[in-house]
Amino acid sequence: MTQPLAGEIALVTGASRGIGAAIADTLAQAGATVIGTATSDAGAAAIGERMAAAGGHGRRLDVTDPAAVENLVDEIGKTFGAISVLVNNAGITRDQLLMRMKEEDFNVIIDTNLTSVFRTSKAVLRGMMKARKGRIISIASVVGVTGNPGQANYAAAKAGIIAFSKSLAREIGSRGITVNVVAPGFIDTDMTRALSSEQREGLMGQIALGRLGDASDIAHAVAFLASPQAAYITGETLHVNGGMYMP
Amino acid sequence: MSTIEERVKKIVIEQLGVKEDQVTANASFVDDLGADSLDTVELVMALEEEFETEIPDEEAEKITTVQQAVDYIKAHSKD
Repeated sequence: MTQPLAGEIALVTGASRGIGAAIADTLAQAGATVIGTATSDAGAAAIGERMAAAGGHGRRLDVTDPAAVENLVDEIGKTFGAISVLVNNAGITRDQLLMRMKEEDFNVIIDTNLTSVFRTSKAVLRGMMKARKGRIISIASVVGVTGNPGQANYAAAKAGIIAFSKSLAREIGSRGITVNVVAPGFIDTDMTRALSSEQREGLMGQIALGRLGDASDIAHAVAFLASPQAAYITGETLHVNGGMYMP
Repeated sequence: MSTIEERVKKIVIEQLGVKEDQVTANASFVDDLGADSLDTVELVMALEEEFETEIPDEEAEKITTVQQAVDYIKAHSKD
């Protein structure tokens, strides 16, 4: 297998399961030294065990804790070298019709899914600017572009990631750093299994390829954007949704 | 050991890719040395590392010339 990411240091947030786990494994297969994060020590240990053979490591990180983000980025720099690929994948849902959504349900989603991207991106920038290279790839969602009933908070956060990435891409493009977004459609993960059967059926009918996506479909898109072959792509949102939505 | 002036000058030359004779004491990073806003942020980062000090944003904004950088470092540096 070719190793287009040999020598790269990749931080993947939310790498315990689902899309994040697939991204971490795929980047490691492509040759990167991968540090995957989980919210608990047990989760971090499990990532370390799963990825040990591939040269991956687990760390505990609460992406809503600014000091923790900075400390982890520092520690990775000292232990492995400066982070050259950041994948912002950590995210949660708290679905509710707006009529019933509490302000806290809105705020916690913005903090965990959007402000976290600000924190991690800012923390890795110094190293990337000095290196004159870097890849920041954030996982958004098709609903950040289309909207979805019951997900006003989640969709707002994901749309925010897209605009954030476009702005940052313009700021740091001159330093050889690209900033992109992968927007998954309906992927078979714990998060989508939590949707109601009406939601699932409604969504399935709209997918041109007639099936759910697999976490590895997203991981391969991320690996491409992290690779040297994607050097001229920045500020872009790559939709990986089986034709569910075509911009 | 180089003087603070020499070390600041060296960083400005490296960061902004300018020639040594351009880096006069009163040279403005933006107006005379062609720095853009991101260059000035990087310059401050490099000064912070070289002199092991932290320059708060409100102070960094006031450092617009080579001499101002030297003066700030002299007033705040540990060495």
